[in-house]
Amino acid sequence: MKLLTHNMLTSHVRGVRPGGGFPLRIQATEVKVNSVDFNQEFVARMIPKVEWGALVEAAESLGHLSDLPPQLPPEYQSNEDFLRKVHHVLLEVEVMEGVLKCPDSGREFPITKGIPNMLLSEEET
Amino acid sequence: MDNSGQNNLKRNKIEKKLLRKQIKARNTLMRHEGIECVSHSTQNLVIANGGLGNGVNRHQLLKVAEECGLVEALLMLPNKPYSFVKYGTTEEAKKAYDALNGKEITLDDSDQNVTLYVNFVEKVLWEDIMPVSLPPGLMLVEEFVSPEEEQKMLESIDWTEDEVIQNVQKSLKHRRVKHFGYKFRYDNNNVDKDKPLPGGLPKICSTLLDKCLKEGYIKHKSDQLTINQYEPGQGIPPHIDTHSAFEDEIISLSLGAEIVMDFKHPDGRTVAVMLPRRSLLVMAGESRYLWTHGITPRKFDIVHASEGQKVGSITPDVGDLTLNRRGTRTSFTFRKVRRSPCSCSYPSVCDSQQGSQREASSFQDSETEASKLEEEYVHKVYEEIATHFSSTRHSPWPKIVEFLRTLPKGSIVADIGCGNGKYLGINKDLYMIGCDRSQNLVDICGEKKFQAFVCDALSVPVRNSSCDACISIAVIHHFSTAERRLAAVCELARLLRPGGKALIYVWAMEQEYNKQKSKYLKEKRASKGKEERLNTDVAWGLFGDQMHDNASQDSECSDRVLRDSKDKDGNAKQVMKTKLPVHTNRTSFHSQDVLVPWHLKGGTKKKEECNKAQQLPTDSKELREFSPVFHRYYHVFCEGELEAACKTLDCIRIRESYYDQGNWCVVLEKQ
Repeated sequence: MKLLTHNMLTSHVRGVRPGGGFPLRIQATEVKVNSVDFNQEFVARMIPKVEWGALVEAAESLGHLSDLPPQLPPEYQSNEDFLRKVHHVLLEVEVMEGVLKCPDSGREFPITKGIPNMLLSEEET
Repeated sequence: MDNSGQNNLKRNKIEKKLLRKQIKARNTLMRHEGIECVSHSTQNLVIANGGLGNGVNRHQLLKVAEECGLVEALLMLPNKPYSFVKYGTTEEAKKAYDALNGKEITLDDSDQNVTLYVNFVEKVLWEDIMPVSLPPGLMLVEEFVSPEEEQKMLESIDWTEDEVIQNVQKSLKHRRVKHFGYKFRYDNNNVDKDKPLPGGLPKICSTLLDKCLKEGYIKHKSDQLTINQYEPGQGIPPHIDTHSAFEDEIISLSLGAEIVMDFKHPDGRTVAVMLPRRSLLVMAGESRYLWTHGITPRKFDIVHASEGQKVGSITPDVGDLTLNRRGTRTSFTFRKVRRSPCSCSYPSVCDSQQGSQREASSFQDSETEASKLEEEYVHKVYEEIATHFSSTRHSPWPKIVEFLRTLPKGSIVADIGCGNGKYLGINKDLYMIGCDRSQNLVDICGEKKFQAFVCDALSVPVRNSSCDACISIAVIHHFSTAERRLAAVCELARLLRPGGKALIYVWAMEQEYNKQKSKYLKEKRASKGKEERLNTDVAWGLFGDQMHDNASQDSECSDRVLRDSKDKDGNAKQVMKTKLPVHTNRTSFHSQDVLVPWHLKGGTKKKEECNKAQQLPTDSKELREFSPVFHRYYHVFCEGELEAACKTLDCIRIRESYYDQGNWCVVLEKQ
């Protein structure tokens, strides 16, 4: 699971307050870094779609903050150095084993071989 | 070549065509209706395309038939596109055969022409149908009001402040309605019992109601009146008046024109009842509580042709049916608002005895049942067949690839129901995430280094409005109720940002469209006979279409399936109370809800048995016994069904819809 994917995921357990299921806390037991070709334009296009705070928090929790600032810097589109860091965090850092934890309900979702299992039981939906 | 030669040639051509069509009609009658035609002359003819079912009325057909001789009987069956004529002598029948075969007649109601095709039959067979009796508790009082009273009552209605019911219930549209005493609410099919309308019932009705009380038609004086006005073509869907809303007897006066009302028992029995002008219909007991009643929206009713038989039930006395043009009918329906819960003897259809709580739980039951069915016949099956399934799913479909290739660079796209992820790597300029209900299939995506997770399409763990596009390919047809299919579309819409697009593919009931067979059908290596069958079905046109009977072909049912299910716990197997037909692979569908077999190959689990099988003499049939068959549940969509579901959601707009290789497809845009 890349952190860009993580940035889109939310807990959907019944009873979670609106917006309360985001962002899922990551408790990783195995994290991998895979090298991905850098595409400046692609990364620049991704940033507005990302919840920046959640990304920073996730990166930090994995020890891969990579100097990302808590606030999005202005004029980042042309800031290659910055975009490379974002590229690394968004697309190269991958959680292979661990759990995702719902911040509201505490429900844990296992991650195995990089695949989160977000399936809920009948009672949870 | 001279002119006469050319004319001969032309005539020959026409004759040949006529002969061909006549033979075709003969074959269809045999195949669909079991009517055997003979090649020698008899007194009896069967006239294809000369039936009530294709808009020919009795009067019209009788006129042309009588030109050839004395007609002893003309038999027209409801809804059938053919009829039988019996002549006094074989000579007359022969004369009619020559005159009528290939004859074009113009339908009364339109400018449309139909061509009659005539064949001889040995004898006219029709079941001796017992006269149909009225539903118990139903009574018809003829000439209950005089023409003068009728006139007065019609004139008394002030339609200027009429309510035209629209959209409340779509099928009611544009029928004119007025309420007195209490307003009837179409949202809950009840009245607000503590909110009587000022003015009560019109004075003009009081003598009439007194008469009903005196005659014992009603026990309580009615306090609610609904006036409905039906123009030809309008109707009212079948319904039972809410038990808790009204007392037992419900009476309805028909003014202005006669009409046929259809009554239906829950066991499927139907009785069509002619309500003559100025008659009073009294519904009580079983007919009020258990039978539904409704008026089919149409411009013609099938009625008895002979005078004096115009009251009561329409028996399928095929010697005496014709089409009757409807006029404007105004009904005065009187009811007594009920003040205590209903305690009738029909609890299965009684809202008082079921209670709102029970209703809610029964809905939940059906929800649970639906999800159990999907668990057993979708989720478990994909889990079992994942590897084999994935090995057969390698070529992406061109139109879907095109959709993904034309999305703007840097779009975030979710593939809901991604299977083995065959679309996840199509366009490197997108960020694609996939999800599926099957862990085994998602694991395959993981092995291919795609971003994927396990979840249900009704509850996707992705935040609102976060996707630029979504695709749902061959997923929504696995949901077993209309509500769940709609919920799946709704969930897709939730994921989209405003302006975002979703592409949906579902399997189509129509596996042949615009005379093109889908790949699914083409790929079959079936007998040629079946192929021909398909062709003839399509070639039928008017006559054939109406002869076609879908229901009769669903013979193979799921008893066997329930047994071959692999699961040890018996619970889920009882899920399917209703039997689902098992579809034959690579053939057209005969039912929208079906089980589609999957013949598992290369299943490692069955290795032992396979080895055993190989020790047997090489008999492929024996071998096949050991390759397990799984059944997947599908709801195949009819043309327009997917669009109709999408149109009920305000947040999306249909940008495009099309048919692609046996699938119905839409492109939606979030508003």
